[in-house]
Amino acid sequence: MSNLQKNVTAVLGKKLGMTQLWDEAGRLVPVTVVAVDTNVVTQVRTAETDGYSAVQLAAGQIDPRKVTKPLKGHFEKAGVTPRRHVAEIRTADAATYTVGQEITAAAFEAGAVVDVTGTTKGKGTAGVMKRHGFAGVSASHGSHRNHRKPGSIGGASTPSRVFKGLRMAGRMGAERQTTQNLTVHAVDAEKGLLLVKGAVPGPKGGVVVVKTAAKGA
Amino acid sequence: MHKLDFVDAASLRSDIPDFRAGDTVRVNVKVIEGNRSRVQAFQGVCIRRSGGGIRETFTVRKISFGVGVERTFPLHAPTIDSLDVVTRGDVRRAKLYYLRALRGKKAKIKEKRDNTAR
Repeated sequence: MSNLQKNVTAVLGKKLGMTQLWDEAGRLVPVTVVAVDTNVVTQVRTAETDGYSAVQLAAGQIDPRKVTKPLKGHFEKAGVTPRRHVAEIRTADAATYTVGQEITAAAFEAGAVVDVTGTTKGKGTAGVMKRHGFAGVSASHGSHRNHRKPGSIGGASTPSRVFKGLRMAGRMGAERQTTQNLTVHAVDAEKGLLLVKGAVPGPKGGVVVVKTAAKGA
Repeated sequence: MHKLDFVDAASLRSDIPDFRAGDTVRVNVKVIEGNRSRVQAFQGVCIRRSGGGIRETFTVRKISFGVGVERTFPLHAPTIDSLDVVTRGDVRRAKLYYLRALRGKKAKIKEKRDNTAR
């Protein structure tokens, strides 16, 4: 609920990869480089019209032939060329934004605490040890062909079923994830780069949303 | 060459002389004690260079009071005040891990005789 009162700054960006650099004290800092090309505001939602306040951001180039008719109309209404990615950000100060306004990496300054949302790398079908961190079964002491198995998945005639939500093997990754409370180490406004300290979800080239941290002051 | 080279370019140092494994180097390291900093030298044989670009590191081995001491530095670290090559070594390997098992005279590296110049 805190997001409803909070003023949130956000940008859509692309994860370029990780590297390292040194801070003034000579300490090594691992950073993720996020390329932010100019975002545009395509819609402003207010409490009166929509029941909540938010801004809709769009970024990235797209072939105009690939834009669907409904989206084309939406971008035309905002008076901007169609973009590839669209995201809506809940923020209290949505009214201060205007449709068509441009937002760049300069919206953040060095030292800002941010949350970064992205889609994690897909891992395919994964067993319980990788997917849920199960301990597996002993390597020796008579164990035979069950080293990475989950073990028991429940009782027998009571309850005579497997409980819903029981953690098992299956598809892993390629899901939305937010990494909270990362620090912006540096901002390069000319090149449109954000250097975020630490790791960020997703593969290189993945789309991420960088926004003001939900937790903390 | 790599995607993020343009980010790393700002941190790369160009004042580090060329050296390779087998060379004896003196690394002048900045040490911060409280609020003042001084320079401390670490001299020994470079036994490896590892990695590339901004991530390149090198390891210097010396014998201190009869105990082998190895220290690994990032090549482009700002904590390195300067680096001097004391002698060039004549070695046939890129990684001189065999020095760890040797001591005394056997752990000595022949100096490289450069006859090509004249």
